[in-house]
Amino acid sequence: MILVVLPAHLRTLARVQGDVELDVPAPVTVRSVLDALEARYPMLRGTIRDHVTLQRRPFLRFFACEQDLSLDPTDVPLPDAVASGKEPFFIIGAIAGG
Amino acid sequence: MSTARVLVGTKKGAFILTADGKRQKWVVSGPHFAGWEIYHMKGSPADPNRIFVSQTSGWFGQIIQRSSDGGKTWEIPGGEKLPKPGEFPAGASNKFVYDASPETGKPLTTHQWYDGTQHPWEFKRVWHLEPSLTDPDSVYAGVEDAAIFRTTDGARSWHELAGLRGHGTGPNWTPGAGGMGLHTILLDPKNHNRMYIAISAAGAFRTDDGGKNWKPINKGLRSTHIPDPDAEIGHCVHRIALHPSRPDVLFMQKHWDVMRSDNAGDQWREVSGNLPTDFGFVIDVHAHEPETIYVVPIKSDGEHFPPEGKLRVYRSRTGGNDWEPLTKGLPQQDCYVDVLRDAMAVDTFDPCGVYFGTTGGQVYASADSGDSWTPIVRDLPAVLSVEVQTIP
Repeated sequence: MILVVLPAHLRTLARVQGDVELDVPAPVTVRSVLDALEARYPMLRGTIRDHVTLQRRPFLRFFACEQDLSLDPTDVPLPDAVASGKEPFFIIGAIAGG
Repeated sequence: MSTARVLVGTKKGAFILTADGKRQKWVVSGPHFAGWEIYHMKGSPADPNRIFVSQTSGWFGQIIQRSSDGGKTWEIPGGEKLPKPGEFPAGASNKFVYDASPETGKPLTTHQWYDGTQHPWEFKRVWHLEPSLTDPDSVYAGVEDAAIFRTTDGARSWHELAGLRGHGTGPNWTPGAGGMGLHTILLDPKNHNRMYIAISAAGAFRTDDGGKNWKPINKGLRSTHIPDPDAEIGHCVHRIALHPSRPDVLFMQKHWDVMRSDNAGDQWREVSGNLPTDFGFVIDVHAHEPETIYVVPIKSDGEHFPPEGKLRVYRSRTGGNDWEPLTKGLPQQDCYVDVLRDAMAVDTFDPCGVYFGTTGGQVYASADSGDSWTPIVRDLPAVLSVEVQTIP
């Protein structure tokens, strides 16, 4: 079971409260997690990555295990702690400070 | 009892205001879609309880939502949960993909950028939704970068009417300061094959065959800030309006100049007359008097607020040229708000109601054709759009 943490706006859109748990077949990658997320919550299609190119939207970042995975290839396996469900996969909207 | 329902899109959510036909006491519902920019929200003339919303965000892109109960509940068409894991919906309400197919004959990949170079077409957001006059499942969408899309399945899927971008002048279209948005869509109630659109800063266009073929309709427009002031395209049209009884007569608020056409846009003439400034964004037509029109003059180019700090609607009862200021109930000192292009609407009660929203978060209404005004809500986020439904 994979744990995914969504930004608040996307939780509202998907009508979920709290984190999302997903069954994702191995190998667990950014792409397979997003595929599973969009399959379960079709209203999120296009909000995290482009419909056609599947490129990450520029103001969103992917994090797990204190690592920024945003620029990694999407087919690289995620850390074991994410694949085993011990650590969540974070989708985070860019935040401006000041 | 009849109802007025005002649909307000703001920088941080949508609001719905309702009142009975007297239009004195208003109930505010919202924010709906809190935190999202609501560029436009409009009800279907064929089914007033069917409302479509353009919801957008720099982070999460475009969403289209739909209500079938007058705004009480909302759904994302095509985003329904599916019975089988891994099965994707056939369409997606927020999937706006430019038509680059060979079948169009003219797939377009670039338009002119601010610096004169060519730039790829990039979908950014839906500026305007125009529901069909007869079919509650059909809607037109005007988008940035400028193009027109249509859905015929209640917004589950969208398809570009590519003949607009492909008619020939598309590569020369240039964005205005606010982007290259297709912001105005007018459907001709007497001729279902005729439609008008306007783009900042390309100009106005018309189709006479249901959207297959388009032509620029900008003769008579003069824009001194572009290299050729009388060019076929390149004019920064801010808004066009028509009266349903007389759809060949068009009124336009251009970046500068208020214009009028009596032949479906084939030729325009200026009717700015005695306005204190002929810059502005909104323009609309009285519901029962086709020669009575409204504008809100704004000081420009740099300021974008009312002249002298006085918020004034100007009304012409002669189709332009002779204008009277309408000030009763509007702030006449220290007012520095703007009124954006989609932020004025009229109802069809008698007397006609007129509504407009400001970037200061007020929505003003007049239940007497503009003679007097009152704020029906204050202190909202900046208002991007105002529409009104007259429900029997």
